[in-house]
Amino acid sequence: MDALDIARWQFGITTVYHFLFVPLTIGMAFIVAALQTAWVRTGNEKWLRLTKFYGKLFLINFAMGVVTGIVQEFQFGMNWSTYSRFVGDIFGAPLAIEALLAFFLESTFLGLWIFGWDRLPKRIHLACIWAAAIGTLLSAYFILAANSFMQHPVGFTYNAERGRAELTDFGAVLTNKVALVTFPHTIAGAFMTAGALVCAVAVWHLIRRPGVDTAPFRSALKIGAWTTLAGLAAVTISGDIQGKIMTDVQPMKMAAAEALYDTEQPASFSILTIGTLDGSEEVWAIKIPNLLSWLATGTWDGEVQGINDLQKEYEITYGPGDYKPNIPVAYWTFRLMIGFGIVAGLIALWALWAIRRGRAPTSKLLLWSAIALPLLPLAANSAGWIFTEMGRQPWIVFSQLFTAAGVSPGTSTAEVVTSLTVFTLLYGGLAVVEVGLLLHFIRKGLPDVSAPPVDEEGEDRPLAFAY
Amino acid sequence: MELTTVWFVLIAILFIGYFVLEGFDFGVGVLLGTLGRDDRERRVLINTIGPVWDGNEVWVITAGGAMFAAFPEWYATLFSGFYLPLLLILVALILRGVAFEYRGKRDDERWKRRWDWCIFGGSLLPAILWGVAFANIVRGVPLDADHEYVGGFFNLLNPYALLGGVTTLALFVTHGAIFLALKTRGEVRDRANILAGRVGLVAAAAAVAFLVWSLLIRSSPAAVVLAVLAALALVGGLLANRVRREGWAFIGTAAAIALAVACLFAALYPNVMPSTVADANSLTVHNASSTPYTLKIMTWVAVVFTPIVLIYQGWTYWVFRKRLGTSDIPA
Repeated sequence: MDALDIARWQFGITTVYHFLFVPLTIGMAFIVAALQTAWVRTGNEKWLRLTKFYGKLFLINFAMGVVTGIVQEFQFGMNWSTYSRFVGDIFGAPLAIEALLAFFLESTFLGLWIFGWDRLPKRIHLACIWAAAIGTLLSAYFILAANSFMQHPVGFTYNAERGRAELTDFGAVLTNKVALVTFPHTIAGAFMTAGALVCAVAVWHLIRRPGVDTAPFRSALKIGAWTTLAGLAAVTISGDIQGKIMTDVQPMKMAAAEALYDTEQPASFSILTIGTLDGSEEVWAIKIPNLLSWLATGTWDGEVQGINDLQKEYEITYGPGDYKPNIPVAYWTFRLMIGFGIVAGLIALWALWAIRRGRAPTSKLLLWSAIALPLLPLAANSAGWIFTEMGRQPWIVFSQLFTAAGVSPGTSTAEVVTSLTVFTLLYGGLAVVEVGLLLHFIRKGLPDVSAPPVDEEGEDRPLAFAY
Repeated sequence: MELTTVWFVLIAILFIGYFVLEGFDFGVGVLLGTLGRDDRERRVLINTIGPVWDGNEVWVITAGGAMFAAFPEWYATLFSGFYLPLLLILVALILRGVAFEYRGKRDDERWKRRWDWCIFGGSLLPAILWGVAFANIVRGVPLDADHEYVGGFFNLLNPYALLGGVTTLALFVTHGAIFLALKTRGEVRDRANILAGRVGLVAAAAAVAFLVWSLLIRSSPAAVVLAVLAALALVGGLLANRVRREGWAFIGTAAAIALAVACLFAALYPNVMPSTVADANSLTVHNASSTPYTLKIMTWVAVVFTPIVLIYQGWTYWVFRKRLGTSDIPA
């Protein structure tokens, strides 16, 4: 392996790891905000206890999202300096705007929310969690706009003298059709993930601790399960539109997702395809007729281009070279993404069914399924991103710059190996600590929120919250 | 003023904001074991920065993003060139951030002590390394004709840069101690006050030596004026600390850090990363910048949103203005 491969592994590892925390942060911020809103509106203590309980899980997760996020911004320059020089004029702007608009909002208002329970009026304190939640959405939008430029570059010209892409229309970058559809898809996935966690924890408590805090956990189960199902519906609809846009702007990615070697009209959807080892032909496949035509083009008999035909076309347009992404990776991540998402939806449905009309859930199998439940959307998110990024290869910016050309020329293999090793070990260790803490607080159950005796001397009253 | 200059100034402001704000929370982190004699006292120290440290850290993320957007060549050369120091800073910031959040989540003495070490090391390392990094930028580094850094790791550890590291560490520790004297009550406050006076002398000596050395390497009239003002602000802050006017002392060290960083940027201009190989290889505000179109958009965004950020961050400090003592810490 050379510096390029290691830099790619590092980006993959740090980014997939970071994105375990991101969707939970986005979804949980809104769920916790909604729980607190319910408390402020109704005054029912149940909602306050749920807010504090899920709020704690949210914060444990948020801390990891923040610290692993800093790495993301730094490593473009550290490992991908040629890429940074090439796209900085375009890519840097959404990143800087993300920091200014979103990161300040999230970090400042979460600080106020964490420590402000007894320092702020109820409604202003509630507004703080909403401000942080809106911050996560803004953050998602700008970073997805930046990523969408890499998938489908728009609003720029190539300056041959400077050897870089230059921005000509910022509005076009922000309204890139890939960004417009990736945003709802990603956010829906985030809600699915957070809903699954909320639901799973509630199922665990209802089955393992029958009779303890049943009413609040029944509410939590319903909120979590319905959020997961609504998220599933939204990822399906947005994903369908996304597939059609992808066929239009990155046909090779769609062909790789289907392991469709030769152009077909109408095209059938592959349930399982086995190809030759060099990835140029299929050997055996199970297929549903016409379905791929519908997914890719919106008509039942549309033409879908195959890998081999696209390869020839790209050689004519971009010169000799291998324009095929890793086909088994693209094919399987695409299917795993969809499969994990569907299974998560089914478990959420089952959980709802198990508590219908006041029934108490007892099934051991449901308990085990609930433990798997939050892991499924997490795996689906990771698979989706691996598909999106690996499916774009060999390009780092589609049709403009090869990944191999984007790496830092002056950075030594030893340096990249060092950072890869350090991050992998550090992230592994932190994962153990984080999961340990989450389980600790999940087991502890809902906190007691009965007010402490108020001291007349305001100065000596302990803080409602302290580290 | 040309937009490239506007962005040079804005990036200077972002780093000034970062060092003034995170400077004191680095200082608090370094002093955690020194000023906090037991767990309750250490919790007092951590809670003085609890609501704000994360917002403070966003200043450097924004500075990095702004560099990427406005001067991509600078961002690319600096981040790939200073690879290992930045890696260390990242590791430190990761451990430190997690430590603040996780330390109090278990009632276990060993668990807390381990995170305390992460807070200490995670504050100490960046406090030194940012000084080393900025000193090297001012001094100039070997850049080839493609603006790639060709100096290796040990080239960054020259005596001048190490003095830069000592200076930022001493300044941040002083700044942090004065912040603690301002934000705590009782014994912790007294100890912080005394310690600030002592470390402040080291900081003053290091800062004066470092700024003089910097101006000998690279200078401009504005940089000289800023260096003198920085020294005066630091002396003023230390005198105010001596008479226990903590608010004024804090303003003094904050101004000293701001003016010292401004001095380095003023000395640097119009370079952003001078090359020691050949002047033609240096990165300047002109050859490192983005297009005027990108700079124009970014300027509008900055003009509209920076004041809003300042207002709500300022409000946070107002909300949590109360001094903390051991009696404030819940069991």
